[in-house]
Amino acid sequence: MYGGGYIPAGVEETKAQAESPELLAQFEARITRGEKIEPRDWMPAVYRKQLIRMIEQHAHSEIIGALPEGTWITRAPGFRRKLALMAKVQDEVGHAQLLYSAAETLGKKREDMLNDLINGKSKYSNVFNYPAETWADVAVIGFLIDAAAIVNQVANSKGSYGPYCRALERICYEESFHLKQGHSVFVWLATGTPMQREMLQNALNRWWEPIMHFFGPSDTMSQHTETLMRWKVKMATNDVMRQQFLNIYVPKIWDLGLSLPDPELRKDESTGQWLFTEPNWDTFFKVINGDGPCSRERLAVRKVAEERGAWVRAALRRADARYATPLA
Amino acid sequence: MPILSLDPRVNRLQVEQVPEHQPPVLVPGDHWPSYQVFHQRRRGEKHSSVGIVHAPSLEMAMAMAKEQFGRRGETSNLWVVCTADVLEMDYADEEVFRTTPSKSYRDPAGYKVNEKIDAYKAKQTP
Repeated sequence: MYGGGYIPAGVEETKAQAESPELLAQFEARITRGEKIEPRDWMPAVYRKQLIRMIEQHAHSEIIGALPEGTWITRAPGFRRKLALMAKVQDEVGHAQLLYSAAETLGKKREDMLNDLINGKSKYSNVFNYPAETWADVAVIGFLIDAAAIVNQVANSKGSYGPYCRALERICYEESFHLKQGHSVFVWLATGTPMQREMLQNALNRWWEPIMHFFGPSDTMSQHTETLMRWKVKMATNDVMRQQFLNIYVPKIWDLGLSLPDPELRKDESTGQWLFTEPNWDTFFKVINGDGPCSRERLAVRKVAEERGAWVRAALRRADARYATPLA
Repeated sequence: MPILSLDPRVNRLQVEQVPEHQPPVLVPGDHWPSYQVFHQRRRGEKHSSVGIVHAPSLEMAMAMAKEQFGRRGETSNLWVVCTADVLEMDYADEEVFRTTPSKSYRDPAGYKVNEKIDAYKAKQTP
């Protein structure tokens, strides 16, 4: 799962053109022909930088994303739900591994990425800085956050960078299981006792704003997406992805007689576009900058895992280990 | 300040908050070298490259590969190869193979004789 809509800082297009107009033209022609870029191909420095940032943010989101849902593994209602949740959380960590390797092919070491996660230099999706207060939060995350992530990841899997596309293909396949099991938990609660329904409704109300934040600020607020889209780094605008998500999932929520905490939310049948109240973007930026309800806990847990696991890794390490950039 | 979490496992860890200015926790090499993984779905099929694991040794790479690439669907066999032992062709050399698909003299479809045979037969029958 991932919220990749927000890529901070803009692309400096002119810098790319200054590098080598000839190589840049070949690079762009390859992308236009629909061919993939592979790790040791020439690429503009800006392309490399943005891809590292994006894949790294995605990897961090997966590894941190395992934490909110992991909260409920010990108390999952029933053995099958527990098995499914453990499998899902393991998948998320596996996705992080695939993505760190994809980013590593671009030249940033895995250790450096994890350091930048812990010291707050690189970001991850905002949604994982919110707590999973009840079992119903697990339903909302598994169903709707994973659904939003799929919209984003299916788009990105058609991008231009080979290793990222290959990782995403596998990830999307596994995410579809996450979505299905999340939907199952969601439907069970929605069709359950009045208390279960109330628990689910409360979780939906809590998560709606983070979900609306998920795809990032409106395109009118984001800068420089044009170059990233031409290079197939970014495959769809934030607004387009948000609309796709609303169009598929809002009806499924309403169908179950549940409500969403936005009185303006409705589909304009004449334009086919969904209308909604803009979520509070100040909150979004505050959370991105490390001030979310669980931000400190998430990073502290990650840091402890690295620190307290260090002796095991050191004990297994061989003196003759040779580093080579992963192939793909 | 210790963190109070909703997750009982996190509380058992007794995690302290991350101080504002963090020295790097990891140094390069901490997460070991990488290995390329090849996966065979069923006997008789070929092994295909499926991705990468990080591990301290071939044996551990195999354990990681089983977990990462064999936890779902069918798996019959796995290979792991240390990335540093792989020699990769330069993509710039792709050009060398550009004309290969058009080398019809290497291709069964490049040898059509039926017309000749038919013409020969037509000449033989009075």
